[in-house]
This record gives sequence, structure tokens and C-alpha cells, in this order.
Amino acid sequence: MADETKTPLLKVENLGVRFAVKRGGGFGHKSWLHAVDDVSFTVNRGETLAIVGESGSGKTTAALAVARLVDAWTGHVDLSGHDILAMEGEELRQVRTKVQFIFQDPYSSLNPRQRAEDIVREPLASLTDKSKDEQREIADRLFAAVGLRPEQKRLFPHQFSGGQRQRIGIARALATQPELIICDEPVSALDVAVQAQILNLLKDLQEEFGLTYLFISHDLGVVQHMCDSIAVMYMGKIVEHADRLSLFDNPLHPYTAALLSAVPSVDKARRAHTKRILIPGDPPDPVNLPKGCRFANRCPVAQDICRAEEPELIDRGEGHRIACHLVDDSRQSVL
Amino acid sequence: MSGPLLKVENLRIELTTRDGVCPVIDDLSFELEHGENLSFVGESGCGKSMTALAIMGLLPEGVGRVAAGSITFDGEELTTASRPRLRDIRGNEISMIFQEPMTSLNPVYTIGEQIAEVLRAHQGLSQKAAWDMAVELLDAVRIPNAKGRVGDYPFQMSGGQRQRVMIAMALACQPKILIADEPTTALDVTVQAQIFDLLRDLRKDTGTSIILITHDMGAVAEMAERMIVMYAGRGAEIGPVDQIIDHARHPYTKGLISCVPHIVDTLTDERARLTEVPGIVPGLAEFGRDMCLFASRCGMRVERCLQERPPMQDFENGQRAACWRAEEV
Repeated sequence: MADETKTPLLKVENLGVRFAVKRGGGFGHKSWLHAVDDVSFTVNRGETLAIVGESGSGKTTAALAVARLVDAWTGHVDLSGHDILAMEGEELRQVRTKVQFIFQDPYSSLNPRQRAEDIVREPLASLTDKSKDEQREIADRLFAAVGLRPEQKRLFPHQFSGGQRQRIGIARALATQPELIICDEPVSALDVAVQAQILNLLKDLQEEFGLTYLFISHDLGVVQHMCDSIAVMYMGKIVEHADRLSLFDNPLHPYTAALLSAVPSVDKARRAHTKRILIPGDPPDPVNLPKGCRFANRCPVAQDICRAEEPELIDRGEGHRIACHLVDDSRQSVL
Repeated sequence: MSGPLLKVENLRIELTTRDGVCPVIDDLSFELEHGENLSFVGESGCGKSMTALAIMGLLPEGVGRVAAGSITFDGEELTTASRPRLRDIRGNEISMIFQEPMTSLNPVYTIGEQIAEVLRAHQGLSQKAAWDMAVELLDAVRIPNAKGRVGDYPFQMSGGQRQRVMIAMALACQPKILIADEPTTALDVTVQAQIFDLLRDLRKDTGTSIILITHDMGAVAEMAERMIVMYAGRGAEIGPVDQIIDHARHPYTKGLISCVPHIVDTLTDERARLTEVPGIVPGLAEFGRDMCLFASRCGMRVERCLQERPPMQDFENGQRAACWRAEEV
């Protein structure tokens, strides 16, 4: 990405999302599950930020909060100068045209009773004042842009393959000319050969329309291919955040290092020299989080301080942020 | 016992659908050696799981049947074996773990009861002995505090732990073959690494042969010695894993390897476009036609591909590929 485009589009500060869970404690007792806890990041215009993490790490919830699809209980979300979390009514409706979602499952995210064209038109009908003719015209253009044939417009979702359905979902997300598109695991439900088609399409569209992506995935190969910077989440927190080269070349948080080493590789050389860092056990109970670092119980290098104090996410130079007591400004691997 | 542990020859499985009878597996042959890890790769709908079900004698009744060919296990023909004999073999000699550890366990029984059931049914152990053995097995698949967890219900365990329970059940009778059908697809990568590690160690300790069904070329490279690439019910390519990854002889194999953004070591700002394999796997109605079924998606297609089914061609070290232009790939 060229330097002149490095203006922030999305700024998320101290975002928190919590859910009430009933767990013991008798009638009316409530515990909080902090699905997203004190998360801050910035996405530059025209770039892709990937949020990676395992199931339950809070990556999808964070994205839903940014799109106002779940309520955040604390924090700020700023999209090109608009305070998204404070908006209501008509104002919010306007902002919804600026943030659109591509969902993981192309089967359940399309209304089976709507024709493809109507699915793509839907955001225009509900969020804008465009006439039906204008809506159809836009839908036609988008159909071509995502590689579907015009005669497929009148078909229903079940008449499409998984990859084609995801194309419809992408066309729908593009309909309102959004500034930010949140891709939540856009290819993980697709067959490997079809994944490449969709990833290439997303890249092409980004170039053509200058799109900004918030890209959520658990597949590090896909992330490495798609993103400009990466935030790694664990149990609701960002544990490491850096640009693509720094994160993959020099993963500093032990969790990131373990995650990267766990990816099976076809590259014989990589297999030969990557030391597999096995992290035993399972993540802690998200309702009763342990004191200190949330990763400490599985961390191969945890010290006493890790079990006592929660580490902060600190910039250790060149925007490489890590939440680990053991990493210092020298950015040496602790493993 | 000399010779391969499992030998599948010219297997043809037909499914009866609304549109008629289709060969979901069409003239498939392969061998599995003692203690070997063989992988099946391909997209959904290519017949990987169907092959596994055929070996287990679990083809959907009334719909699927073995129409031709043979499956020989340890010298014994399975396609004609009686039901009681097959039941005896399943679980005892050949067992299977499935993709969904959530749905393959019975939610209303404790995991101890479920593992013990296998042992009582197949090995005639007493209640007490089976229960003790269940604890041992849980320990072997590295469930921490096995004695305390054996009375847990499936919902009390995480996805990775449930998959370990499935593995414990599958290994209860020390089978000669373990078929793992996408065992880690529903799991996170760090948990996948734990499960692979476990499978590797178990194979080392028990000498069990493993058939790993997957769509992840990385997993194949990590786990298996040989692989079979399946396409539309046919074997597209078979051979040693490293050799195929270095030099695939079938355009589909090549496509499968290069269409995935693999994590690489030497990262640059340059990002090559992913190679696409256009289109999708043909529908069942197309299966069985006398042509190369991959032709419609293939960049190297020639006239002959549309008119004649390519036979398997032999290359060095037992690598074989079914492509008219395999020499040039």
C-alpha cells in the first residue's frame, strides 16, 4: 500500500462487549462474560486488518460490535469521524450503508425465498432512498463485478453452488458502496479450490473500489495472503498486533508463536526447521478468568508475574504491540 | 502376514438416486501397508468418505452398494462378508473417527459408559474391567485427570477433548486400521496440532495403520507417507506425499496444492495471485462418463480428454496419475 493512503478509516478504542450469563449463585444472580475486553486498533483506508484467533476468542463479537450488530458496553468506534456507538435512528441507518458484512456461511446468510437480484437489492431498499430502477441497475453492475452472469439474477439461492452464493453475499455487501467491509471467515465454509476464487475476487474488488477490509479468520495461510496488518486475539483480548511482515517473521507473544507453529505446512524446509510449540490444555473458563495473563496456564514460559498481573498491550517499537510481561523493547523472542 | 494389510481393487460403488444409478466410486484401486499412514485428499463430493464407509461396510442401505471390485483386509474379502462378521471387524479390526466430535458421541451417556460399551461388546470384558480400561484409554489419549473425567458427559468437554474420547473409543480394541475422516476440521489449529501429535504417537506405539481423510494438503504433508487424490469418484493421483508435492502429475493435484495460500517462511511484500481451479466438482449425474471428469476445469485440456477416460500411468516410486498429459504436467 502506498504511503499517501495511510489515513485511518476505522479507529476502535477500548472496546468492550459483555454478555450476562446465568451461572449458579441463586435467583437473579448474573455473571458477566467479557467476550471483548479493552480492544483497540486502527484500520487504514484501503488496507486490510485481519483479526485472528481461535473459536471463542471474541474476534467475531468485536466485529459485530463495530457494525452495531451487538451492543458494546464500553469504548469508542470512530468511522471516518463518526462516533458509531453513539448513533441512533436515521443517523445510524446512514452509517449502516458505510459498514457492510460478508458472512461465513453462504447457506444460512441468504434468504432462501428471495431471488438473487432481490438479495443484492435489499440493502439499497432498506437503507437508501434509491428508486427500484436504480436499485436494479446497481444490482446488475454488481452481478458483473462479482463474476455472476446476468441470467442468474432471477434464480433462488438453492440453485447456486457455495462459491456462487458467497459471490451473491459479496455483491450484497457492496451494494451501498460501503467504506468498510467486515469479512467474517468468508471462505472457511468453501471447498479449497473455490476459496482461491473468492479470495482473488476480494482482492480485485479491493483494488477496484478502494475497499477497506476487517478480515476475520482462523486460517493463518489465508490471513498471510490477504492482510496488511494482523491482530491476534485470545480470550477477548488482543495479545499481539503488528504489520504483516513483522508478525509472521517475528511473532513475539508465545501464543502467536504457538499458533503459527501449529499450522501444517506443505513446505518441506519449513517443516524441517519449525519447532512445533505445543500448548497443552484448553483455554480458561471465560466467566471466571484467572488473575494475571489469560494465557499463563498454557504458556510454556510463564513466570510468577504472569500469574499475578495482567500484561498490557504495549507498543515495543514500529507499531508492534504485544501484551506479554516477558517481551521488552529489544523484541527478542522469549521462547 | 505378508502383503498389504488392506487391498482395494477396481472398486465400484453405485448409488441409486432420483436420476438413476451413478458410480460414486469408479474403478478405484489402492493398497494400505502395515503401519502406514495413507491420506485421501479432494474436494467435497469426490468420494473420500464413501470409500471409507465401503471399507467399514457402512454404505447407506438400499441406496449404495458395491457393484464391482474387491476389498481385501488381511487376506479376507470384505465385500461379500456376512453382517455378523462385518460387525465383528468394525471396532475390533478397523475403526473410524468422524469429523464432528459433537454429534458422534451420545449426549445421554457418560464417556466412560460409551468407551466401556465398545470393550464389553467386542472383547467381552466385565463391567468393572471395561470401566478400568476406559480410564486407561482416556489417560492414553492425554485427557488430564482421566479417573475424575471418566464419569463426565460429552457436554462437559471441549471439542478437542471430545475428539480424544472418540479416538479412545476407536482404539479401545487395538484395531489394525484407524480411519480418521476429517478428524480436526471442526477444531482450532492448536488443538489440531495436539490431535495430530497424539495420532502420530499412537501409531508409533501400536503400529496401527491410519487412513486420514482430509482436504488440507498441509495436514497430509505432515501426517502421511502416501496420498490418494480423489476427483469425482476416481483416483486422480496416488503416490508418496513429498514426491507428489514436489512434482504432481495430475493438473487437479497441482491445482489443489497451489490454490491454497500456504503459510511461507520467507515473506515479502509481493503477493502472487492465487491459482484458481475454476468451476466446481461435477454433479453425480456426470460421474461414470467415458472422459476425464476434470476436463471442464482443466487448463491443459485437449480433445482426447473429452472422449476417453485416462488410465492410470505409472511413474517412479509408485507414483501414478490418471491424466492423458501426465508426462507434461
